[in-house]
Amino acid sequence: MSRWRPDADRARLDDRLLVVAARVSAAASAGIVLLIGGFLLVESLPALRALGVAPFAGMSWHPTGGTDGGQFGLMPMLVGTLAAGGGAVALATPLALLAAVVCVFLAPPRIALLLGRVIELLAGIPSVVYGFWGLVVLVPLIRRLEPPGPSLLAGILVLALMILPTLALAADAALRAVPRELLTAASALGLSRTTTLVGVALPAARSGLWTGLLLGVGRALGETMAVLMVCGNVVQVPGTVFDPVRTLTANIALEMAYALDLHRAALFVSGLVLALLVTVLVLAAQATTAGSEAHP
Amino acid sequence: MPSLPRPGLPFLLRSLAVAALTLLTACAGEAPDAAPSKLVITGSSTIAPVISDIARRFESEHPGTRVDVQTGGSSRGLADVRQGLADLGMVSRAPKDGEDDLQWHALARDGLALIVHADNPASALREEQVRAIFTGAIDTWAQLGDELSTFDEPITVVSKAEGRSTLEVFLDHFELTAPEIAADVIIGDNQQGIKTVVGNPYAIAYVSIGTAEFEASQGTPIQLLDLGTITASTDAVRRGDYPIARTLHLVTADEPEGLALTLLDYARSAAVADLIEGQFFVPLAP
Amino acid sequence: MTAPRHRLPPPQGLADRLLGAAASAAVLAIVGVFAWLLADLLRHGLGGLSWHFLMAPVEAAGRAGGIAPILVSTLAILAICLAAALPIGLGTAILLAELGDANSRFGRFVRRCLDILAGMPSIVFGLFGNAFFSLVLGLGFSLLAGGLTLACMVLPLFIREAEEGLRAVPQEQRLAAAALGLGRWRMLWLVVLPAAAPGLFVGLVLAVGRALAETAALLFTSGYVDRMPGSLLDSGRALSIHIYDLSMNVPGGEANAYTAALVLVALLLAINSAAAWLAGRLGRARWQVA
Repeated sequence: MSRWRPDADRARLDDRLLVVAARVSAAASAGIVLLIGGFLLVESLPALRALGVAPFAGMSWHPTGGTDGGQFGLMPMLVGTLAAGGGAVALATPLALLAAVVCVFLAPPRIALLLGRVIELLAGIPSVVYGFWGLVVLVPLIRRLEPPGPSLLAGILVLALMILPTLALAADAALRAVPRELLTAASALGLSRTTTLVGVALPAARSGLWTGLLLGVGRALGETMAVLMVCGNVVQVPGTVFDPVRTLTANIALEMAYALDLHRAALFVSGLVLALLVTVLVLAAQATTAGSEAHP
Repeated sequence: MPSLPRPGLPFLLRSLAVAALTLLTACAGEAPDAAPSKLVITGSSTIAPVISDIARRFESEHPGTRVDVQTGGSSRGLADVRQGLADLGMVSRAPKDGEDDLQWHALARDGLALIVHADNPASALREEQVRAIFTGAIDTWAQLGDELSTFDEPITVVSKAEGRSTLEVFLDHFELTAPEIAADVIIGDNQQGIKTVVGNPYAIAYVSIGTAEFEASQGTPIQLLDLGTITASTDAVRRGDYPIARTLHLVTADEPEGLALTLLDYARSAAVADLIEGQFFVPLAP
Repeated sequence: MTAPRHRLPPPQGLADRLLGAAASAAVLAIVGVFAWLLADLLRHGLGGLSWHFLMAPVEAAGRAGGIAPILVSTLAILAICLAAALPIGLGTAILLAELGDANSRFGRFVRRCLDILAGMPSIVFGLFGNAFFSLVLGLGFSLLAGGLTLACMVLPLFIREAEEGLRAVPQEQRLAAAALGLGRWRMLWLVVLPAAAPGLFVGLVLAVGRALAETAALLFTSGYVDRMPGSLLDSGRALSIHIYDLSMNVPGGEANAYTAALVLVALLLAINSAAAWLAGRLGRARWQVA
């Protein structure tokens, strides 16, 4: 055996190490999801085992409530999450779509570029700043309209503002990807602007728009800080948009700091519900993307 | 408020250097164990400000020590001490059944005050009125009496999140249960309650008397409501007149020793009574 | 931007005019709200901004003093986050982009996991970080726990950017390296990584931006002690948490909350603009959200 090793051998060893290292890192990256899922499940188990699933579908949340061991209904908060998220998406989607249409089709290039910049800047503002601004500007305005102020409406407005850039940038990308020939053909047919957009461009961009929408919904449902700061955090099914609500995310942020035992486990259950909800959305978004084009 | 000299650049540079050094040593894998000269205290947001003050003075008298204080509510203090995340827990109520696995050390007396905005014309509430407000039986200020008849505005009821001992003390006193409370805003820390009231002239909240008096003394526009005929004040708590009173505690997992014992003795000594009074609590030290 | 633009026929009829009006209204609303928000931050925040504010310790729960310890904690959290995310993320990106594993079963599995990770709400990362880093690993409330939690969070974003950066390296360079008899490792180290460096840098910058903006994941991992951290095992308060605490828990904290928010937004705008500028120079589409 010679001590001298040919360069090629060393290279082969390096290469094998590289592949191993890369595989290990990839396994670690993927493992994080499994680890998160595993921890959510393990930490939820005490509550699931002690209570089963049914109590979490209940309407009242009194996790430390007196002698009967507490009530753990997540329903009002699920309703709060869906109402705030749904309202925000309903408000932001048309605005985002119109903004994207302006950027891609209607505005002169300079204006379009400027608008694109503004939307990108909006996307860069952190949620805690939106929440702070909502708290000091929007909430007092709403209070003047209809007390108490911190409300579902405040949550919807702030969330809409937050997901608008996500939706607009996705719509922008989807509309840009519409084949030019389609639009040229539409012009050749003498279709009007509105008909071209509504009848040709939007349907052609459909899958991209859906993906963006699903991601926007995921972002709205998962947002914590902004809703925590402006929604009032009362556990109830809101009767009007002026009623305060608590979302699943806000519930975790508000109570996690001092939750014990079953209470803590119940918060992990709400984390699990949230994670499942968003995972379904992501998989659905992937399915809509996979239906039309390969992964970029 | 004492005005410190402006630290300027050297403070940041020095701190950055320290941070960089510790980063390096930590990266070298040297000191993952917490040094014995460090204490972590977590728990009640009522007690945290006064313990922070005490910790600063303690640190200056015991160079080389570091005392970190974090809020999160009394239950968090209990949980962290049980899990070993904190050396001392701050709990703003008396021990309950099943909590005698921990050592309880009384620190000071405090009460709960009902507070409203300084512009709110209300000045006193009877106990049954408080109960009616917080259960939603009364929902406008005008319903509370003749002197408020012109203040025909909806009441914004501010209550605390579950697991907060301030809520428990409040419920105990008024013989209510958590599900009966009809709140418009749910808050976490005492300071958040005060902040909510500052921002809303129609709001009413219950917070620590000490915290409320401290904030009022800092010029925060709130007022403490009399309960019946009794003025809500630290003095009334000291005299034992005020009915909603509680003892603030520090808890430890075992018989305290070492630095924890030193701090505990210090916090309960006359040497810091001025700090406790400065935060409008009633010190227990003679 | 080089994206194709299509000239639509000129507006005609009521529908077109309505569309034009709605579009203008939408644009005005978006720009208006943005201007409102930014003007508010500037008007209320700029007055408090000074060298002293950036360099002084926190006093009176943040009502007075500055944010020096906050900035140091934030930097430490970011440094830990990057130190953890960079090697793992780069390794994963190399596997997916360079080693031909992108379409293997393992590669597809990894990618699916990363997509799910990317969509996970930040509060879920907070729960996980608290359970895993703070309790199981015994890091407690510390900069380390917070930084590692953020690393998990920014990983998918960084991997996607790094992968894109690696894929943007022309195939000819790899072929030339292979013709010279370089092994995969040397090809990567000597040829591909240097060529992909700007793209990787964009990924890092975006990851920093994402981490800097985060609040919820840090609430129960790095905690909110507002003092100068003495070690990575100390709790430290990030800038975003400071804004949250000032606005929610400190009566009279608005003025400094505005100034801190202004600092955070300025930092993020600078970071995101740097990333956009870099990406633009690389001839790629500007950064995309989500």
